[in-house]
Amino acid sequence: MTVRVQTEDFDLSTEVAALRAQNPKVGAVACFVGTVRDINEGETVQAMELEHYPGMTEKSLEAIVDAARERWPGTEVLIVHRVGKLMPLDQIVLVATTSKHRGNAFASCEFVMDYLKTQAPFWKKEKTASGERWVDARVADDEALARWGLKSQNSR
Amino acid sequence: MAPGAAIGLLPTMNIQLKYFASVREALGRSHEVVDVPEGIATLGDVRAWLRGRGGVWDETLAEGRALRMAFNHVMTNEDVRLTDGCEVAFFPPVTGG
Repeated sequence: MTVRVQTEDFDLSTEVAALRAQNPKVGAVACFVGTVRDINEGETVQAMELEHYPGMTEKSLEAIVDAARERWPGTEVLIVHRVGKLMPLDQIVLVATTSKHRGNAFASCEFVMDYLKTQAPFWKKEKTASGERWVDARVADDEALARWGLKSQNSR
Repeated sequence: MAPGAAIGLLPTMNIQLKYFASVREALGRSHEVVDVPEGIATLGDVRAWLRGRGGVWDETLAEGRALRMAFNHVMTNEDVRLTDGCEVAFFPPVTGG
């Protein structure tokens, strides 16, 4: 099981190679990379600061990996999430999942992201021309998790 | 029997509090260690007790504000009971990913 919280950037190819190394049972790899947009809620984003809760973050990401592996046995999951100061175009998060067939790889990858969005203790602060602001939680993210039969009231 | 009870002292609980993101900024601190008074048994009690400090505390931790909490690194609700030495955190809705 692999979860990492780091300030450094990551390389998708290196991470995927490590995840599926020595495992000939893998027939599918699905990846999601979240990146910093230069516009949010109609305002230009100059930079972003990501805060987290050391200790709890790792624990919650591991719980998410466990939940995914329980739903899709045989799946391997990697989560890399960056913290600290990030600029537009920068990579924020990587979720990679492996499975025998593509269905489980796609599904588990999306599940992990939906889960992470509402349950892992990260907070984004954007720097715009009019100052700094904390990003608001979105109702759409709670709804995304609900598709998996899980209830979240993060945005309330 | 709690330590101290044998020598006639009231057992008190010592807990660690942590605040993050907009809550941390509003309260002007990231963590503190406190002795909770008798009668403060749950996370909800701690929240109400902290609001009693008034000002930004009352405002930031008010009922109806979008506030999430964690007990020993697990997201939870207000009904969870405190234990001696536990870690309680208050923070806004999460926005990672």
